[in-house]
Amino acid sequence: MADVSNGDAFVEFERVQKSYDGENLVVKDLNLSMPKGEFLTMLGPSGSGKTTCLMMLAGFETATHGDIRLGGTSINNIPPHKRGIGMVFQNYALFPHMTIAENLSFPLEVRKMGKSDREAKVMRALDMVEMGAFGGRRPAQLSGGQQQRIALARALVFEPELVLMDEPLGALDKQLREKMQFEITHLAHRLGITVVYVTHDQTEALTMSDRVAVFDDGRIQQLAPPDKLYEEPQNSFVAQFIGENNTLEGVVKEISNGVALVQLDDGGLIDAKPINVSKAGERTRVSIRPERVEYNKDRMPEGAHTLKAEVLEFIYMGDIFRTRLRVAGKDDFFVKTRNAPDQVRLKPGQEIEIGWLAEDCRALDA
Amino acid sequence: MSDTTQSGPVLAADGTPLKRSLARALRMQKIRALMLVAPLLLFVLITFILPIGDMLFRSVENQIVSDTLPRTVVALREWDANSGEAPDEAVYAALAEDLKIAAAAKLHTRVGSRLNYEKPGISSMFRKAGRKVKKWDVENGGPFKEQFIAIHEGWGDPDAWRTIQTYSPNFTNGYFLNAADLQKGAEGAEWRPEDEQIYWVLFKRTMFMSMVITISCIILAYPVAWILANLPARSANMLMILVLLPFWTSLLVRTSAWKVMLQQQGVINETLVWLGLVADESRLVMINNQFGTIVAMTHILLPFMILPMYSVMQTIQPTYLRAAKSLGATNWTAFWRVYFPQSVPGIGAGSILVFILSIGYYITPELVGGTKGVFISNRIAFHISSSLNWGLAAALGAILLAVVLVLYWAYDKIVGIDNVKLG
Amino acid sequence: MKLTKLSALVATTAMCAPMAMAQDMANEMTIVSWGGSYSASQKNAYHDPYTAKTGVKIINDESSAEAVAKIRAMNEAGNVTWDVVDVVASDAMRLCDEGLAEEIDHDAVLAAAPDGTSASEDFGNLIVSECFVPQIVYSTTFGYRTDLVGDTAPTSVCDIFDLEAYPGKRSLQKRPIDNMEWALYCDGVAKEDIYDVLGTAEGVAQGLAKLDTIKDQVVWWTAGAETPQLLADGEVVMGSTFNGRLFSAIAEQNQPIGMLWDMQSFDLDGWIIPAGLSPERKARALDYLNFATDTQRLADQAKYISYGPARASSAPLVGKHAELGIEMAPHMPTDPANATNVHTYDYEWWADNRDDLDAKFQAWLAK
Repeated sequence: MADVSNGDAFVEFERVQKSYDGENLVVKDLNLSMPKGEFLTMLGPSGSGKTTCLMMLAGFETATHGDIRLGGTSINNIPPHKRGIGMVFQNYALFPHMTIAENLSFPLEVRKMGKSDREAKVMRALDMVEMGAFGGRRPAQLSGGQQQRIALARALVFEPELVLMDEPLGALDKQLREKMQFEITHLAHRLGITVVYVTHDQTEALTMSDRVAVFDDGRIQQLAPPDKLYEEPQNSFVAQFIGENNTLEGVVKEISNGVALVQLDDGGLIDAKPINVSKAGERTRVSIRPERVEYNKDRMPEGAHTLKAEVLEFIYMGDIFRTRLRVAGKDDFFVKTRNAPDQVRLKPGQEIEIGWLAEDCRALDA
Repeated sequence: MSDTTQSGPVLAADGTPLKRSLARALRMQKIRALMLVAPLLLFVLITFILPIGDMLFRSVENQIVSDTLPRTVVALREWDANSGEAPDEAVYAALAEDLKIAAAAKLHTRVGSRLNYEKPGISSMFRKAGRKVKKWDVENGGPFKEQFIAIHEGWGDPDAWRTIQTYSPNFTNGYFLNAADLQKGAEGAEWRPEDEQIYWVLFKRTMFMSMVITISCIILAYPVAWILANLPARSANMLMILVLLPFWTSLLVRTSAWKVMLQQQGVINETLVWLGLVADESRLVMINNQFGTIVAMTHILLPFMILPMYSVMQTIQPTYLRAAKSLGATNWTAFWRVYFPQSVPGIGAGSILVFILSIGYYITPELVGGTKGVFISNRIAFHISSSLNWGLAAALGAILLAVVLVLYWAYDKIVGIDNVKLG
Repeated sequence: MKLTKLSALVATTAMCAPMAMAQDMANEMTIVSWGGSYSASQKNAYHDPYTAKTGVKIINDESSAEAVAKIRAMNEAGNVTWDVVDVVASDAMRLCDEGLAEEIDHDAVLAAAPDGTSASEDFGNLIVSECFVPQIVYSTTFGYRTDLVGDTAPTSVCDIFDLEAYPGKRSLQKRPIDNMEWALYCDGVAKEDIYDVLGTAEGVAQGLAKLDTIKDQVVWWTAGAETPQLLADGEVVMGSTFNGRLFSAIAEQNQPIGMLWDMQSFDLDGWIIPAGLSPERKARALDYLNFATDTQRLADQAKYISYGPARASSAPLVGKHAELGIEMAPHMPTDPANATNVHTYDYEWWADNRDDLDAKFQAWLAK
């Protein structure tokens, strides 16, 4: 568990627990600390507790135990409307009976702001999301992407320091989603706001965030920047959940010089970097990314252990090739190779040998 | 390519204009659609449009006088009603002839009943005269004037003749005048004597009380509908059964139950006296007045308010309230600015339902309304079943219909009818 | 067109008349009445014996309260489904006036008394309309709560207007008939002058003024069952209703209610035959009336309900209550002890003035 707790933490969860029924904990012992200006994404499968965390932060759910702090003060007993946190909802929750301008004006009105100030701010917020011409329309007259921008503008118009986003792009099609991912991150960085973003889409999490908290079973499994998360998963859940991944199961034979020798269940031997294993005899699950697997003898590191593999399928995907192999008795082992002029194109039925750098192969918990 | 160069109507492949060809293709579809709605259309026509048409027709129809007394009506045209004298012999001779035929067909008393609505006493003039005229020799038995006056002195009264003359055309606005507390006087429409004016009072009271009932229904139904819409499905279903329970009990039973509750020796008064809150000799009067009617009708009509409200509120996502709060609104502001405006269509639909149902209600006001709690519909029922003055009942009904349409129109102008949602 | 049809009808009836026998009569009939114990008494006294005798199936309909309007509607639709209808005398007159009821030749249709007196003589002046066959004499009169009126029970109808001697609510029927007469009578108008006075605007005002003195203490009823219920609940100390209703409250339900017969308002209830029946159905209806209104049957009905038979010749035959075994004669409105001071209401006068007076009465009520 990463502990970033320090003096300038802006949002803090300390030993937070949440139970709805008094029997099961939905959130188990959550500790999290984020500095001002960070874009943090809570990523996890549904039911992992990420949305509950967001709702506790927003004030719509109360923590069963523990402390949530904002800017150093506990907000456990502060009602949502006094927290000053902007929020973008999954279905945007734009008020259908108000025009776009009225929607944006609403948070300013409840803050008793003067009319001219309000109009100026609304206009600025609309311009910010390039929707300046739409102030007089109703939400129903806008497309999904446009509504998304308005929801964003509404959450930002009263200049909150913290903005929460609950799967805000879930309802958009792929292309629009990618465009909006960029816009949201740019906007967040430009305005210097702190963002907590909830999603179950790992690509979104990786492309947008400064740090990602991977949730499962009510706990943060790993909290790290995207590259670390991808390249150095701390346990097999994270390794499985983030990106594509090949796993092989076996027993640690020995650990020496920071390299573990793992005997697979079919007897084959491989080198791996020990992460969650500490001594010989432990069961482990080794994880290797498809693009780090090598079958070109010339490129294989010297002295590396290799495994025999049979090519089952070769898939041409334009920029890359995907090859499905049978390795160690499992036939769902993938290899990804870049489409380059000198790249070998494998044929089904072909017998090859595969290998990798020991540090690319991580021996994790079984 | 040739399509783009030619001018004039676009043609289909076979050369017929595209519009006609499309219309032909759609005709079968239209006929099929018409066939599908035909049973309902027919049903609505027979059970709704035709009766309303018949009612509107009855409210102005007055053919009975000229049909039954054709000669008299013609002869009476020359007579000056303001002369102060009864008409001359020619009219009486025509009357004798008409009455003899009418009496043989037993129609004379019908005219009598019809005209009696306008002037008391005419009924027996016709009844008595018919009995005698049957035996007269209308060709040689004259002169008739004295004979008629001998049967009933009313036949010599110019006022009675004026009534016959006034109501001789085939169509009359007399029923409508009556329904508005007016009557046909010597110089056109005039107010009825004050001790006979009642319909204005009743129309105003019906409107006022229906409004009060609608408002009480809104106040009582809103929280219930809100709870229903926000409860988990299972508890909501249970509560819904309780809401609908009154529908399963007969209207009379429910109304009688209110009597037991509200009367002076009733449950509420007994309890209040027992608690010492009310002295035994000054028990509250809660029934046989407007209060009783409002209470009983609010109870009866409440489900009609709850159901549309509920179905509208169900569609309002809870995230709207959360969004409002996250934007800084207090609970009240979030409700008032965000939730309430979205629930207005439900209130509108419920109000229209309750209001229209209550202005036409008559059983409950009849039973618990006493003298101050009765509605215009009670008078309509009276004229339908007791006085048999169906023309007047139809006129009152037509006015009520017009009022409803005007209110509906006003609602459409103010709130917009497309804002009404029944579910 | 109409005339030819009519004469054709007359011709066929005339041809059929000599052959009219049982097999030419419908063997099913619908009889309309008021329901409740009243219909039950008719079933016991008339319907069951008639079915036993002829095998005719009798269907009971309890629509008498709306009979006038319904008959008119049926008549307009040209589909009359009722054969014999029990109505009050004023409704019979109205139906007759509207041509909705058949005129009946009483002596030709109805049975003579056992001593040979003709039917029209036996019924006497109770035949208030050519269409009407009288059945019972009932009265609208007052009942009072014996335990709520103090030591001196009311003896005069004018005690209704005496709020000092008898404080508390009273119930009256929501219509001008009877109430106006009682009001004038208690305001000093002689009984024989009541209708003359009531025929003038001043007379109406006088009657309403008298009613005004108790207006805020009156509960107005529309259904006959209301007053017995109000009396039983103690909601009113006295109230008007039909005497049979009071009889069942007193004798059958043992309520602490007393009868006040003073100025009881006699009214009649009887049969009419709707106009427009087919010859077979009409013949059946007339046959039924002949059976059901003979001297003995009318007396029989009084075993079940305390309404007086309309035939003079039936009165001596009235016996005991079929279940309670009490002598019925003293409970009849027509019993000499009860009928010392009665009010006989003028059908003709009300037929003329009912609509007008009703408008004024309703306007007064609404004030």
